[in-house]
Amino acid sequence: MISSLIFILVFSSAFGFFLFRVSKIRRNILLGRSAKLEGSTAHRLLTMLRVAFGQSKMTVRPVPFLLHLFVYTAFIFTQIELIEVIIDGVSSSHRSIWHWIGQSGFGFVYTGLINFIEILSVLAFVATIGFISRRNIIRLARFQKPELKGWPALDANLILAGEIFLILCIILMNSTDVALQYKGESVTTGTFFISNSLSSLWHNTSASTLHILERIGWWGHLVGILGFMVYLPYSKHLHIFLAFPNTYFTNQKPKGQFTNNEAVTTEVRLMLDPSLPPPDANAPIPIFGAKDVRHLTWKNLMDAYTCTECGRCTSVCPANITGKLLSPRKIMMDTRDRLEEVGRNIDKHGKDYTDNKTLFDRISEEELWACTSCNACVQACPVNINPLEIVMELRRALVMEQSKAPAALNAMFSNIENNAAPWQFSPMDRANWVQEMND
Amino acid sequence: MSEQNTNAAPFRVPTCAELMAEGKSPDVLFWVGCAGSFDDRAKRVTKSFAKILHHAGINFAILGTEELCTGDPAKRAGNEFLFQMMALQNIQILNGYNIRKIVTACPHGYNTLKNEYPDLGGFFEVIHHSQFLLQLIESGKVKVKDDVFKEKKVTYHDPCYLGRANNVYEAPRELIEKLNIEISEMKRSKEKALCCGAGGAQMFKEAEPGTKEINIERAEEAIALSPDIVVVACPYCNTMLNDGVKIKEKQDKITVMDLAEMIAKANDL
Repeated sequence: MISSLIFILVFSSAFGFFLFRVSKIRRNILLGRSAKLEGSTAHRLLTMLRVAFGQSKMTVRPVPFLLHLFVYTAFIFTQIELIEVIIDGVSSSHRSIWHWIGQSGFGFVYTGLINFIEILSVLAFVATIGFISRRNIIRLARFQKPELKGWPALDANLILAGEIFLILCIILMNSTDVALQYKGESVTTGTFFISNSLSSLWHNTSASTLHILERIGWWGHLVGILGFMVYLPYSKHLHIFLAFPNTYFTNQKPKGQFTNNEAVTTEVRLMLDPSLPPPDANAPIPIFGAKDVRHLTWKNLMDAYTCTECGRCTSVCPANITGKLLSPRKIMMDTRDRLEEVGRNIDKHGKDYTDNKTLFDRISEEELWACTSCNACVQACPVNINPLEIVMELRRALVMEQSKAPAALNAMFSNIENNAAPWQFSPMDRANWVQEMND
Repeated sequence: MSEQNTNAAPFRVPTCAELMAEGKSPDVLFWVGCAGSFDDRAKRVTKSFAKILHHAGINFAILGTEELCTGDPAKRAGNEFLFQMMALQNIQILNGYNIRKIVTACPHGYNTLKNEYPDLGGFFEVIHHSQFLLQLIESGKVKVKDDVFKEKKVTYHDPCYLGRANNVYEAPRELIEKLNIEISEMKRSKEKALCCGAGGAQMFKEAEPGTKEINIERAEEAIALSPDIVVVACPYCNTMLNDGVKIKEKQDKITVMDLAEMIAKANDL
């Protein structure tokens, strides 16, 4: 009875806190301006199924694909076991689903499922050890970039350590329970192969100690999951949920098609044809490009929260490969960190507060001008994040709001204006090549 | 040589204005582009492609001095005003001639005309010259000798604005295979292709400080395969890889060639 109360209290406060943080994140994402959604719902669902659910973009790199697949499937199937944990916790019972299913003659389904979860857990354990060594022992280049120094590296290791803790608790719980079954101290289920072989570890342990160990495993597992839930909205790990909406809302247009700035179209049409009616003088002055997170679209902001800092984008970026400052992953991290800062300001000072900071306090012009707009980062992202769109919006603000283009690009602009070509050639010479062919 | 035999009549590339004066209109507009018009290396590609069009008896025209920059470099550099100024003027000119179909040898022009002009009122069927050349060969309008590049080893460099930007990976490869050549692929090809370093208006400025130039990184990858020809499909990639091959002092062994130049050569044009 008391344990039921403790369970309900712990569970509901953790879940409540999680929902509270989720609502803040949702509010922050919706600070972005509207984004045009194109393409059919069916096409969007297919993209989500293929890319998020089906992990289709992970296959490019087979080793991390396989490791990630173990953790991903283990995570999904452990949620089924979590249902039993919740029922047991609320009702102070033990293996309630086994009781329920076992009596109706479908015990083999339960046994099969727990066996499957155990196998996945062991695979996930191996994969997590793999991930920890890739970051800390093998020290893969993409995990050693400057933007990962400090908190992001610790964040990643904390999550991996949490996974290890969770899996160890599951194994402790099941193996001690099987040992208790052998002693006739627990309800007899079908055979769980992994727990069964591990239960020999507890051969000489007394039943009372085993009961305590089993409870440590059970509560540890539960606290681990709830702790993870509370930690998740502060971590880089939101992709486990956001990958799904983020792929659903992926831009369905060709990657080469950059957004059309409609505010500019109105002004340019007026320039070219002064007879058009002037715009509404009371309309707010449009912002060309983005200086801060509120000028980006909500999809750009969802991208930022979805990023799990894997660095595939950065590892294929031609600028980054050749030693330039630009790292697409850093663009996403800076956008998210700035958005979190804006969110905290709203919490403290109300929604109209400005701290006179912008994205340019975090992202330098040198980074922005190094981009070749080649779309390699967009292609590489396993959850369809688009760093290029943010780079372009920031470039637009630099050029159109602040007149801060590099001198060489200003020269290119004036060539286009004066000669209709980016180089200084006379427009009258444009078709000279035709004459040259007959010379 | 054979060039004079096939083109005995003076070579004519009509402008839309000239055709209009004759009461005619072209079936397809050849968008030459700024590089194709002014850059000496790219002009050779333009000439090759025009020869093929002429040889195949295509009713085509150019805008001539009426053609303006598509605005692509301005847009990638963040100058949306300048881009739209160019785009709206070009659309007015193209719509004035009632142009429906455009072919271009530049992936940047291709991408801009195809994807970014519709939002501003310009609706055209736009095809890249790799696709057009493949159609010409498949419809029998152009025949190619399959022994011109015999025993040549080639690799193909995907332009970002043709490949990732528009998912055109196969047309250029099929075209190369028509010449009876097998392509040795670079490790970074198709979706994973490495940029030549010129996109996003980089062509018009110095690179930011770093450890290497992007075109060197890409040229080294191509050179590692020791090909005879590095095939390109974009005037910017052409410049960047040519420079890269020269800096690595491999210009005597490796030629950087555009698809149009290869098809023209396989036709003795």
